[in-house]
Formats: sequence, structure tokens, C-alpha cells
Amino acid sequence: MKAIYILAAKELQDGLRNRWVISIILILGSLALLLLLLSAAPGGTVKASVLHIGVVNLTSLSVYLIPLIALMLSFDALVGEFERGTMLLLLTYPLARWQIIMGKFAGHLLILAITITLGYGGSALFSVLYIGGSAGWEQYALMMLSSFMLGAIFLLVGYLISVLSYDRSVAIAVAIGGWLFFVVLYDLALLGVLLAGNGQIISENVFTILMLINPTDLYRAFNISSVTGSESITHIVGVIKASELNLTLIISIFFLWLTALLSLVIWRFQRREV
Amino acid sequence: MSESILISLDNVTKRYQSNTVLEKVSLDIRGGECIVLLGHNGAGKTTLIKLILGLISPSEGSVCVLGFDPSKERANILKKGFGYLPERISFYESMTGMEVLRFYAKLKSTPLDTCDDLLERVGLTEAKNRPIQTYSKGMKQRLGLAQALLGDPQFLILDEPTSGLDPVLRRQVYELVNSKCAEGKTVIISSHSLKEVEAQADRVVIMDQGRVVANGSLPQLYEQAQLQVNIVVTLDVQYTEQVIKQLSGLLATVTTSKGGLSIDCSVTNKMIVLQKVMSLGDIVDDIQIKLPKLDDIYLHYIGRATHQVETLNGEQL
Repeated sequence: MKAIYILAAKELQDGLRNRWVISIILILGSLALLLLLLSAAPGGTVKASVLHIGVVNLTSLSVYLIPLIALMLSFDALVGEFERGTMLLLLTYPLARWQIIMGKFAGHLLILAITITLGYGGSALFSVLYIGGSAGWEQYALMMLSSFMLGAIFLLVGYLISVLSYDRSVAIAVAIGGWLFFVVLYDLALLGVLLAGNGQIISENVFTILMLINPTDLYRAFNISSVTGSESITHIVGVIKASELNLTLIISIFFLWLTALLSLVIWRFQRREV
Repeated sequence: MSESILISLDNVTKRYQSNTVLEKVSLDIRGGECIVLLGHNGAGKTTLIKLILGLISPSEGSVCVLGFDPSKERANILKKGFGYLPERISFYESMTGMEVLRFYAKLKSTPLDTCDDLLERVGLTEAKNRPIQTYSKGMKQRLGLAQALLGDPQFLILDEPTSGLDPVLRRQVYELVNSKCAEGKTVIISSHSLKEVEAQADRVVIMDQGRVVANGSLPQLYEQAQLQVNIVVTLDVQYTEQVIKQLSGLLATVTTSKGGLSIDCSVTNKMIVLQKVMSLGDIVDDIQIKLPKLDDIYLHYIGRATHQVETLNGEQL
């Protein structure tokens, strides 16, 4: 436990020092603020609070941004230390390999928590204080929490890429490829299959399952359905019926991803030789 | 020296794909010994060290450190007693020297107030608050040494500790190694610079192409190698014939050289030859004795190893 704490503290300190933390806060904060201000602009007949609309707008932004940030934080975590030679020394210290993974993960999660809280939370606070209306704060808070969860999964995706790569430049290329796949290509492919097959190739149920497997779509579906009454969902997750989206299911899928990825990363790391 | 076996390698072979870097290495290391690993780059020294540290597992054979397989997580408790300086040391560049040392001290559960002393000891007090990226190679090496000494380890492994250090620091490193040996710590040093380690070694293990080609104390290795002592006798040319005759009964090769004679004989015969030369009296102007150096021993064993490989290949053909 102590080793994990020491490593996590070091990751956090690194994040503060190389200005990752402050940059992420600024990026998330300024974009959230911008979208909240836009949400406050008179929006026709829709009568909804700023935070409500903000959740919908911010979700479609976070779904790209959070995975990218998480991958950038994590792709270098293992391959970088192997390449620079610091891993060799670290492994001779009295700590287990799984503790190294958990320590880095805890540190990066802390960075995510801080940046999301300050970036998104700070903007919301500004909005409540100066634009007015705190209605919808529960949904906004859930959006922040789910952003954190999405980030956690992509941190692990990054570690997996990192532990499998023997070259940093390869790792970053694969990380960007992975981001593109999960965030853009996966949905496009599903949509393509759906449109081309006219519902013949895959049934609606299969489609729903495929959609829920991808954590980014899960994130979208979760947030958009939390701001219910959103008949105007423009994304294909709108296909998923709200009844299929209960919290237990979402959290189960999240923890399934989490444990699967974490065990995979630790298993590969334990097998890797210096 | 008479302590029990601390580390035991039994018929260890290590392969990376088809590349064999260690072949059937067996080695026992006792508590309190100072072992010097000698060999070219690529002889397998670093691989041997990584196996002992449990960073890699053997392809065949077994490694045992205090009854544990060091590559298993259970062996983690051992690591507190290890101090290790890697061949190419690198640190987290954005941290300062002090931060790095405190980070490692925490991981080793060592009191943090020892960090100042250690930095002082390796001469980094002035630079301790500067980021590592401003350090020279020698400074990094010294910081590496400081982290290896954290927690006063019972077992010190230094992989080429003097590479990149200037002569003054090299001497300091060896003084430090000496003091650790005197304290009864077990020390393994790998090196390819031979002269410096001569004084430290209880035992020298010479490696070549992944095999141990010699293993013993220096006197033992000298004896086994049966190296020749070279004695140069300066005398007036007119006496040479006479002296050659006098020395003819001894097991020595005598050749004439400029200004005198050059005598080659085995180490064991050295005294007999010298007595004979001394008995010549006034006609000898000067005597120079060239004892075989560690370099010669090293080259002897490496040479022999290469030879063995050749004959082996010959037989196969």
C-alpha cells in the first residue's frame, strides 16, 4: 500500500511539474465554460436549464477529449521507463510489479479527478454564480463522474499499449489509432452496417449490445439519457431504448472493462523482461 | 569467507530467441565475499546480474538467492537488502538529485535523513537541488552509487561502477567498495578494467561468450594459468655466453636482448632463477622482474576459451 502511495505521489508531482495538470484544467475549463455560455443563449422553445443543456453539449465534447487526454497521460508510462532505463532500477526495489501499475494508475486517476473537478466543476460553479440556475447540477455531477470513469478506462488502454510496445514512437501511434477506433471508427462502422443492411445484418438487440460494449458509446448513452426528455438525440446512441440503460448495467460494464484491462496490463507487465 | 552460500546459480542458461547469452553457468557466492566479474562487453556479466536480481528468469537451470527464486514476487523481501548500480544509470530527469534519492529511500523504507549523508559522501551536496537533466554522466553515476547504498545493503551489486568517472572518483569508488567488504558485506562488481579491481577481489570470475572460463582467487588463477615471469638481466655483453651456460639447467627460456638477457620462467621457478642470477655477483648491473598482470591472466583465459571453441568446432566438422 505504501509503495502504491509513493508511486502515485510521484506521478502527481510529475504531472504538476510538467504542467500537464494545469494544461488539462485550462483546456477542460475553457471549453466547458464556452459550451455553458453557448447553452445559456436563448435556445428557441426548449425550456431547460443551462446545466442541463450543458451536459448534452459537454458530453459530445468530452467523448473525444477525455479518452485523448487519458491516452496521452498513460501511453508513455511503461514503455518510456523501459526505454529510458528507469524501470530497470525501479524493479530492483522492494515492490511488486502489480504495485507499480497500481501506483501509476492511482497517480493518473488523481490527476484526472483534479483536472475534471477543477475544469468542469469550476466552469459549472461560474455558470451557477454568474449565469444563474443550479437546476440540473445532479446530471452535471454525474457527467463529471462518468467522464472520470471513461478516463480511467482509457488510462488502462494506454497502459496496455505501453506494456506491449517496445518503442515510444510506436506506442504513441497505436494510442492515437486506438483513440480513433473507439471514438470515431467504431460508431461509423456500426452505422454503416446498420444502414447498409437495413436492419437485416444485425438485429436491434445485437446493435444495442455492440453499442454498449464500446465505453465511449456507453458514456454518451448514459449522459444523454440522464438528461431525459432528450428526444433530440442526434447521435446513433439514440437507438438504444432508455429502458435498457439502468445504472447497474452501466456500472457493471464499466467495472468489467476496468478489471479486464487491469488484469491484462498486470499480466503482460509481469511477463515482460527488462 | 567461510559463511554459507548466499547466491547459487545452477547450470543457468539464458536465451533471447535463438541468441544464447549465458550457457550453463554455475556459480556460488558466499556471504561476505567480494566477487569481481570480468569480461568483454557482451560476455554475459549484466545478464548474470539481472538473473541474480530476479529481473529476468533463466531459460534453463535455477537461480537461488537465500533460498528464494529471485524472479518470484515472494522474493521481494530480499530486495530491501540489495543495493544495485546498473551499467547505464538513468533517472527521472525532471526531479532533483535530492528528490530522486528520497523517492528511492521511501521505496526502500529507509530513514530519509540518511539521504543528505549519502549525497555528501558521493560529493553531490552542491548539486542536490538541481534537476537531473543538468547532471553530467559522472554525477549521475555518483547519484546511482548513492541510491545503491541506501539502507546500508547487505548485498551490493555494482555493474561497471567506474565507467564515466574520472580517476579521482574511481579511486573513491574502490575505497568505498573496500570499506563495504571490510564491513562484511557481499559485493559483486563487474568490470572490464582490470587493474583497478585487482585489490578488491576475493574471487575473480572471468566470463567469455556467456560462459564462466575461470573462477578463483587471484593467486589460484595465477597458478592455474602458469604464466611466465619475465626477468631482464642487464650485464656486460662479454659475460652473456657464460651466464647462459650457468642457467641452462633450469626450467627457463633464456634469450639475448639488448644490453643483457631476458629470462622467462614459470612463477613457481622464479625464486630459483633469481637466486642463480644473484649468485653471479658483480657482473650483473641490474635486474628487472615483470610479474604477470591481471590483464595477462584475463587474456590467458579468454584466449584459451576462444581456442577451446575452435577445437570444438573442428571436431564437429
